[in-house]
Amino acid sequence: MTNSADAVELIQSVEQADSPARLVAAVRSLAAAKLEAGIPTLITILGYNNPEAAVVALEGLVQLGDVAVLPLLEQLDDYNYGARAYSFRALAAIADPQALEKLLSAAETDFAPSVRRAAAKGLGNLQWSKLPLEQRQSAQARSLKTLLLLSHDPEWAIRYAAVVGLQGLATAELVSQPDLVSQILDRFNQMATTDTDLAIRARVQMAQQQLNATSVNLQTLSS
Amino acid sequence: MLEPSSTQDSESLSLPAEPAGGEPLTLEQALKNLTDPDLSLRYYAAWWLGKFAPGEPQVVEALIAALDDEADRTELGGYPLRRNAARALGKLADHRAVAPLIRCLECSDFYVREAAAQSLGMLGDPASIPSLMQLLEGGVASAQLVPGRPHLAQPAEAAMEALESLKAIAAAPLIEPFLEHPVERVKYAAARAMYVLTQESIYGERLVQAIANSDLKLRRTLLLDLGASGYLPGAKAIASAAVENSFKMIALKNMLENHLQQQETISVSPEAQQVMTLMDALL
Repeated sequence: MTNSADAVELIQSVEQADSPARLVAAVRSLAAAKLEAGIPTLITILGYNNPEAAVVALEGLVQLGDVAVLPLLEQLDDYNYGARAYSFRALAAIADPQALEKLLSAAETDFAPSVRRAAAKGLGNLQWSKLPLEQRQSAQARSLKTLLLLSHDPEWAIRYAAVVGLQGLATAELVSQPDLVSQILDRFNQMATTDTDLAIRARVQMAQQQLNATSVNLQTLSS
Repeated sequence: MLEPSSTQDSESLSLPAEPAGGEPLTLEQALKNLTDPDLSLRYYAAWWLGKFAPGEPQVVEALIAALDDEADRTELGGYPLRRNAARALGKLADHRAVAPLIRCLECSDFYVREAAAQSLGMLGDPASIPSLMQLLEGGVASAQLVPGRPHLAQPAEAAMEALESLKAIAAAPLIEPFLEHPVERVKYAAARAMYVLTQESIYGERLVQAIANSDLKLRRTLLLDLGASGYLPGAKAIASAAVENSFKMIALKNMLENHLQQQETISVSPEAQQVMTLMDALL
């Protein structure tokens, strides 16, 4: 349901905003309207170097959900890592597995840490059920491989994001893929004692505790 | 509080340019260079030793000797080699440096005094406390900008940070007046030190309140101050500040690790979990 006259007006307000405050207000209105036609503009805002506006646009895109996924993938800005990071945060939040390829390559090869963090988190939390069954396992295996790689990254924040991603993946497949889960738990056991950063060891511990609690709940429910 | 670079390297001291034709230094060469007639080689060697040669006994001796260097002077009468030597000694964790560095707190060069104060904070010897407190004598009235120079009469910020590291609770009454110092950086260094020394939330709240009213550069340092202070209620303020997520991650990591180091239990506390939940949302 698009109201094209509204969309044009709202988009114009954004494009003609002549101060940071007016820009933020205009983006807020556009995002609140939840118009598909507004998506390309919202994505452009991610690259405007106005963090307040970018966050509003990000939230608007996440609200629009699935319909924003292809435009986000198509409009990824190779030259603006700030915009790219916001885009991946949106893709991670919407969690559509159509984004898998780009998430995998961003997590492994993007030079910007903020992009890699967002992609790592995204890889662990995709809505796998949107994929046909026969594609699901291989998609998850590829996620696992990349996340395990990232769990060895020299930069602590990347390893942190990898732990968050691995926890998400394990939680989703706690019952259906014990082998996948045990690989993740093994890696967590390693990191809990060998990671150089206290913060990482703590995050791993939290993941282990939460997975344990979920596992116990599931067992109680099924008994 | 020095601003870290975007790659979180907290060593944001300006890197001296490598001397012309410089090959990578070896320990032996660096030690020799400390007394080389070429002053730029001396200066670089002192920096290099601090960064790459911890744990080598002759290094500390050579650097301590460099604290008395008379050859390397600036036009304004500063002692660049002494500055670098003082900075390097803070990183080498050797307590033989403490007494010489305390003497450096009386050097005519402000930047030597500053570097010595910072290093004494890192070395953690309570013997430094009285001399560091001396730097704050005279309170705000004496700690004013020196005419024609870009610094205060004494390195108040460095002194407060060092006293904070040393957990010098006795210094709190001396630090308190600096909460009203006209220079913002000094005000907030005082708030952070007061929180660490007294654990009274009113001082942590000062840092939190300041975030909304400051410019981006100051905001970033405030976040790092809050993280370093360990004032847990400040975590939410960090997470929602108008600052790049990377900075927020660093500040929260600091706060988390600060908190964890004080815990005795093996399992993560609810407070720690809250901080990590905030960090997860910033990814």
